[in-house]
Amino acid sequence: MTEEDSSAKMSEDVEQYLKLNPPCSSSSSSSAVAFANKSGTFKSSSPPCPEHVLENVLENVLQFLTSRCDRNAVSLVCKSWYRVEAQTRFEVFIGNCYSLSPARLTHRFKGLRSIVLKGKPRFADFNLMPPNWGAQFAPWVAATAKAYPWLEKVHLKRMFVTDDDLALLAESFPGFKELTLVCCEGFGTSGIAVIANKCRQLKVLDLVESEVTDDEVDWISCFPEGKSHLESLSFDCVESPINFNALEGLVVRSPFLKKLRTNRFVSLEELHRLMVRAPQLTSLGTGSFSPDNAPQGEQLPDYAAAFLACKSIVCLSGFREFRPEYLLAISPVCANLTSLNFSYANISPHMLMPIIRNCHNIRVFWALDSIRDEGLQAVAATCKELRELRIFPFDPREDSEGPVSGVGLQAISEGCRKLESILYFCQRMTNEAVTAMSENCPQLTVFRLCIMGRHRPDHVTGKPMDDGFGAIVKNCKKLTRLAVSGLLTDEAFSYIGEYGKLIRTLSVAFAGNSDKALRYVLEGCPKLQKLEIRDSPFGDAGLRSGMHRYCNMRFVWLSSCVLSLGGCRDVAQALPNVVVEVFGSDGDDDDDTVTGDYVETLYLYRSLDGPRKDAPKFVTIL
Amino acid sequence: MDEFVNLKETELRLGLPGTDNVCEGKESIISCCNNNNKRALSSDNEKEIESSSRKTETSPPRKAQIVGWPPVRSYRKNNIQTKKNESEHEGQGIYVKVSMDGAPYLRKIDLSCYKGYSELLKALELMFKFSVGEYFERDGYKGSEFVPTYEDKDGDWMLIGDVPWEMFICTCKRLRIMKGSEAKGLGCGV
Repeated sequence: MTEEDSSAKMSEDVEQYLKLNPPCSSSSSSSAVAFANKSGTFKSSSPPCPEHVLENVLENVLQFLTSRCDRNAVSLVCKSWYRVEAQTRFEVFIGNCYSLSPARLTHRFKGLRSIVLKGKPRFADFNLMPPNWGAQFAPWVAATAKAYPWLEKVHLKRMFVTDDDLALLAESFPGFKELTLVCCEGFGTSGIAVIANKCRQLKVLDLVESEVTDDEVDWISCFPEGKSHLESLSFDCVESPINFNALEGLVVRSPFLKKLRTNRFVSLEELHRLMVRAPQLTSLGTGSFSPDNAPQGEQLPDYAAAFLACKSIVCLSGFREFRPEYLLAISPVCANLTSLNFSYANISPHMLMPIIRNCHNIRVFWALDSIRDEGLQAVAATCKELRELRIFPFDPREDSEGPVSGVGLQAISEGCRKLESILYFCQRMTNEAVTAMSENCPQLTVFRLCIMGRHRPDHVTGKPMDDGFGAIVKNCKKLTRLAVSGLLTDEAFSYIGEYGKLIRTLSVAFAGNSDKALRYVLEGCPKLQKLEIRDSPFGDAGLRSGMHRYCNMRFVWLSSCVLSLGGCRDVAQALPNVVVEVFGSDGDDDDDTVTGDYVETLYLYRSLDGPRKDAPKFVTIL
Repeated sequence: MDEFVNLKETELRLGLPGTDNVCEGKESIISCCNNNNKRALSSDNEKEIESSSRKTETSPPRKAQIVGWPPVRSYRKNNIQTKKNESEHEGQGIYVKVSMDGAPYLRKIDLSCYKGYSELLKALELMFKFSVGEYFERDGYKGSEFVPTYEDKDGDWMLIGDVPWEMFICTCKRLRIMKGSEAKGLGCGV
């Protein structure tokens, strides 16, 4: 900032600042005004103007402010504070990549080191969105490559990322340190190879649940020779074999490596070798957890000893093709575990018991419903520190057997009183069990129950699940995220609207009777940011009832409801700052579906820069 | 109708001479179709497929499946241990739209549910309540004013049954049951 600039600003803001500075007497205010009228000829021996002092102070103070909500508040105080905040913000979070253009980002923030970007809405994960809808990383990497040569961290979720994008990233940011790609697609092992090779300061390379095409490139060998800075390497979602010797070599020369998540192409023997080389690991993804079928010439490796040696392991996952006879090898680390992910392993209660009974410190537990109600009871008996539980279905169909039920849910609620977050897939449930959880677990912030049979009532009483979910919103006063299922009437939604005052994310499927339900929620939940609804009888009237809210929400998704083009158009016309997209469920251009007016999917979101220019043909922006 | 399905010797096939592609079944279908993403079902209010025409000897009849329900990511579905083998056989589904001239709605079907033309045509007849007549290699369909056609990847409209089933599965983009004079034009010859 030059002195000319500062004096210009001075005349803008001088009054405000002088008011804010108690020590300033009227004499100093007059000299300040006098100064403002000059054109920057003062000598450095004079005391610094209040403007400068304040901005310096602000800069120093703001460095301690990391919460983006606080920073947003700071930026609204006045123009000067807005500027200083923009100069001192190093991390930015963009919850919807289409809510602003890359140019707007680079114009406002000049010193970014870290970017978190989210693209597609969550329902895209369930094939409800045609491919090639958008959320491309390309324009973002192009803009940031020019604006932020010192960028260090990129975290993307549900974005479309190409190998070219990764190459540009690797070339443009010499100090690049952390790349995390969650639920992304569009790239392959060749892109990863470029990152590995060119990002010499790389500390974190985490590929999580992303689709990575197999370009048959030995990307592990592309990490440069010499000591690496790697602290975290996760490639459990990469569905292609890797060069194990190269991986072992990499691990040996990565003294800072704490987190290593291997894919299922790493056998138990290979895992053993890695563990021996890296006893400092804290988080381990065990790969297949199954031995090679190669003949055992020599002594069997001592797996339990390897686990014993890794005293720091607190987080275990993997077990992609596990063999039960080896499971007990993890016993030495059970007492230290805070996180255990068995969600890709078909583990029975009998296999689980000996392990879980030692896991007193577990806070996060993910598993398949193969552990059954019995297994959940065992968890409830031991895991008193449990904060997060996720139970996924081994057989994700509506009519499959239901090995977990309200019995397991109630047991967990009674044993794990500190529970904060639950995701539970089941075939049948009772209001009683759900109510019990609402009473036993007051710390719940996330409650996601998926009764897989659509419209299924309480299997004991035959009544809708309204009362259970009602109890959750009423008793769990900290609830911010809710997913409902089973047979639900409008009444359930009236409870949500009445009590769900902190709810930010709501997921609804096959529920409700009428537009009233939607109205209850849109009128009753002031913190609602993300609303995703499918296959529910909500129409234009319901949509209209939320007009006053859409500018303050991140997005609304409504698919297979009863919306008409006219109703959606009304919203688009009334709210110029909201982008309203409508599209069908597949990517065909032609529109000869049932009726021209029927809207299969509505996706609306606020945007500072108007409708996007990259929408594919099958998307209509109203 | 079953006659042309059994004429192996005269079938045009994609394999090398001397190889028998019969056993490859779903794997070959999947490998030659680039788009493995399950396309969503639509068209009817109910959004369910009647897969009643599909016969499987080993597993019980598959209940109608709703797209994206239960909400489990396909990555997770495909990677659960021991489910992998099963899901490879189930395949990702090859969904195509079916329209019939004069009918006000479209339907979607999963071609991978059917083993051959006769099953497919029977299912279509049931779905749209019409009958398709008899297929003759030279002259197309005779005996009915309805002619089943499909659009292939090159955008050409072809008669259903003209090419071998495996090839059809890979190249079919959508189906249309033509009616009346337009049908006759296509029905004659190749």
